[in-house]
Amino acid sequence: MTQSESPGHTLIVKDLHATVGGKEILKGVNLTLKTGELVALMGPNGSGKSTLAYALAGHPKYTITSGEAHLDGIDLLKLSPDKRARAGLFLGFQYPVEVSGVSLSKFLWTSFTQTRKAEDVDTDLFQQNLDQHLSSLGLDPAFMKRPLNEGLSGGEKKRTEVLQMATLDPRFAILDEPDSGLDIDAVKQVGETVQKLRSPTRGMLVITHYQRILKYARPDRVYVMVDGMVALSGGRELAEELESKGYDWVKVGAASSKPGTASPASHA
Amino acid sequence: MAQNAAEITPLDYTRYDFKDPETYKVRTPKGLSRDIIRQISALKHEPAWMLDYRLRAYEHFLERPMPDWGPDLSDLDFDAYTFYANPLAEGDTKKRWEDLPADIKNTFDRLGIPKAERDYFAGVGAQYDSGTVYHKIREDLSKKGVIFCDTDTALREHSDILRKYFGKIVPYNDNKFSALNSAVWSGGSFVYSPPGVDAGIPLQASFRINAKAVGQFERTLIIADKGAKVHYIEGCTAPIYSENSLHAAVVEVIAEADARIRYTTVQNWSKNVYNLVTKRAHAYENSLVEWVDGNMGSKVTMKYPSVYLKGRGARGDMLSVAFASEGQIIDSGAKAVHSAPDTSSKIIGKSIAIRGGRTSYRGLLHIARGATGSKSAVRCDALLPDAVSRSDTYPYNEVHEYEDVTISHEAVVGKIGEEQIFYLMSRGLNESDAIHLILMGFLAEFAKELPVDYALELNRLIQMEMTGAVG
Ligand SMILES: Nc1ncnc2c1ncn2[C@@H]1O[C@H](COP(=O)(O)OP(=O)(O)OP(=O)(O)O)[C@@H](O)[C@H]1O
Ligand SMILES: [Mg+2]
Repeated sequence: MTQSESPGHTLIVKDLHATVGGKEILKGVNLTLKTGELVALMGPNGSGKSTLAYALAGHPKYTITSGEAHLDGIDLLKLSPDKRARAGLFLGFQYPVEVSGVSLSKFLWTSFTQTRKAEDVDTDLFQQNLDQHLSSLGLDPAFMKRPLNEGLSGGEKKRTEVLQMATLDPRFAILDEPDSGLDIDAVKQVGETVQKLRSPTRGMLVITHYQRILKYARPDRVYVMVDGMVALSGGRELAEELESKGYDWVKVGAASSKPGTASPASHA
Repeated sequence: MAQNAAEITPLDYTRYDFKDPETYKVRTPKGLSRDIIRQISALKHEPAWMLDYRLRAYEHFLERPMPDWGPDLSDLDFDAYTFYANPLAEGDTKKRWEDLPADIKNTFDRLGIPKAERDYFAGVGAQYDSGTVYHKIREDLSKKGVIFCDTDTALREHSDILRKYFGKIVPYNDNKFSALNSAVWSGGSFVYSPPGVDAGIPLQASFRINAKAVGQFERTLIIADKGAKVHYIEGCTAPIYSENSLHAAVVEVIAEADARIRYTTVQNWSKNVYNLVTKRAHAYENSLVEWVDGNMGSKVTMKYPSVYLKGRGARGDMLSVAFASEGQIIDSGAKAVHSAPDTSSKIIGKSIAIRGGRTSYRGLLHIARGATGSKSAVRCDALLPDAVSRSDTYPYNEVHEYEDVTISHEAVVGKIGEEQIFYLMSRGLNESDAIHLILMGFLAEFAKELPVDYALELNRLIQMEMTGAVG
C-alpha cells in the first residue's frame, strides 16, 4: 500500500514553524503523506499535533513563521481555509464545533457541493454513500436532521467527523483524535471505517494517543511528535511500544535525533 | 436537500425598490391639524363617535412628549409627512384582483400577491399607503361567519363588534404614537372568528408604502371568540427614498376563553421608514396568543408586542426577531403582564446586528398580586458578527406575587465564533457563505414558523446584507 501507483498525490510539510498567541508551538515539522497511505501521528499532550492540523487547514489563530506545506504543486499556506478544502484537504476536528439551527444534512450537502465541480455533484451517489457510512458508523439516519454537533455526545461528535470525511471523499484527511472519548465498540466502528476508506486516491493522517484504533485502521507508519517536531518515526509496532513505555524515552532521544528524517519509513 | 437549490437563487436587489407614479385619488396636504383629521373622517363617512375619538386622540398627541428613552427620534418631523393618501376613492376596496389599477396590481404582483392567495392563504388583504385596495376571504370561511375585511369597512358593517373592542386594548393615550394612530388611522385588518371556528390556514395582509414622505397608520383588530382559532400574517415593504417615511400602527388582539391566535409579522420596510408600532393582546381563560415578530427593515423600529394574561391558565408566547444592518436601529422586545393565576409566558428575543447596526431588546415582565402559580421564561440571544455593531438588553421585572411563581431569564450575547467560521470554511464554504449559514441557523426558530415564501425572502435578505459585509 505504501507505494501507491502514479499519478499519486503528495502532501509535503517542510520545516514548518508556527506560533499561536506569540508562542512558538511548531518548531520545524517535516512530514510527507502520499495518497494510498495511512499514517499515525502520536505524541504527548501539548506537543503540537492539533496545532499542526490547524496550521495545515489554515486556522486564522495560527501564524506560520517559516516553512512550507504543499499539496502536489499547490502552496497551501497561501490559501484561505475553504480553498484548502477545495484543493482536497479535510480536517476532522479534535473538538468539533457546534452550530445551532443548521442541520448536519444541510451542512454536509452544502459542503459536498462546494468541494467539487458542479458536474461532479451526484445527488443519488451522495445519498447512497451517506446511508452506507451512517450504517457502518452505527449512526441513526435521524442524526442528519440534528443541528450540527449541538447536543451530541462526545462520541457522536467524533463519529460525525468521520462520517463527514467519508461522504466528502477528500484527497487528504487529517483526523485529530477520532477515537478519544469513544466506547470500545465505537473505536472498532470508527477504526474499521477509516481502514475501509483507505484508497489509492486518498492519504490519511490519524492523530491518536492509543494503539487500539490502530488495530483496525492499520497505519503504514507512525510519527511521534515531541515539543513541536516530529521526533521519531517507525512502523506500527512503535505505537505499542509507546503505549507500554510512555514518551519519556522519546523525549530524551529527541534532542539528538534529526526530526522526521531518521525514520526507516521515510521516503522520497 | 431540495431546499438548497432555492437558496442559491440569484440576488435581486431591486425586489422592493420600485416606485409607482404618485397618482392619488385623495391626498391631504402635508402636516397634521384638526381640519385634516376632520377631512379624513369625512372622507370615510364615519359616525360622530369616531371623529370625536380621533380628535381626543389628537389633543393627547399634541400634549404628549416624545419618549425620553430608546432610539433617537429627533429627525422625525411631523410637519413633513402626508397623513392620508389613497390611490382609490375612500371605500372603493376591490374584491376582484382584475379591478385594481394596473400600477398597483403590478406592485403587488411583484411582491408575490395574489399568487400567495392561490397557493396558501385563506384570505388576503392589501393596503397601499392609506388605502385598502383589495380584500378577499375564502367563501367557506365567510360562510362559517369569519370576518376578514379592512377596518374602515368593519366600522361601517360590523360596528357593534368593532366598537366593543376598538381602543380597549390599546387606548389612545397609551403612548405618543398610539395617540397619533388613533387620530389619523386608515385601513388595517379586521378579523373576527366566531365561537369554535377554526380559521386554520393563515389570513394574510400586505402593507405597502409607495409615496414619498407619507405616513401609514393602519389599525388592526383581531378577535377570536371562545374556542376559535386565527392565524394572521402580515408583510410590510416600501421603496427607498431619501426622505423618511413613517409607519405608526396599532394592533389590538383579543383571545376569548380557549381561543388561539397567532400573529406573524415580517417587517421589511426600506431603511428610511420610522416604524413605531403598538401591538397588544388580551388573553382570557386558557387561551393562547403567539406573537411571531420579525423586524428586518426600517430605519428605526420601536415595537414591543405584549400579552396581558387576564384569565386563569392563559398563555402568551412571543418570538421577537431583529436584524439590524448599517444605519438601522431595531429596538424591540416583548411584554408579558400576568394578572390571573396559573398564567404562563415565554419570550424569546433573537437579534443580529451587523455592519454598525444596533439592536436592543427591551422586555417587561409584570406579575400582579394574585397571579399565583404563574410562570415566565425569557431568553435573549444576540449575535454580533463584527466589532462595529451593538446590542443591548433592557429587561424589567415587576413582581408583586411570589406564591408558586417561577421566573427565568437568560441573556447571551455571542460573537459569531471564529471557531464556527473556521469549522465551516474547513469544509469548503467561503467566509460569507459560512456566516450566512450561521445567521440562518441562529434564526431557524423564526424561519420555521414562516410560510415558504417568507422564509426564502428572509434568506435572500440576509444573503444580500452579507454580500456587503464580507470582502
Ligand atoms: N490559542 C492558543 N493560545 C495559546 N496557546 C495555545 C493555543 N492553542 C494551543 N496552544 C498551546 O500550544 C501547545 C500545543 O497544543 P496542541 O493543541 O497542538 O497540542 P496537542 O499535541 O494536540 O495536545 P493533545 O494531545 O492534548 O490534544 C499547547 O501548549 C497549547 O496550550
Ligand atoms: Mg490535540
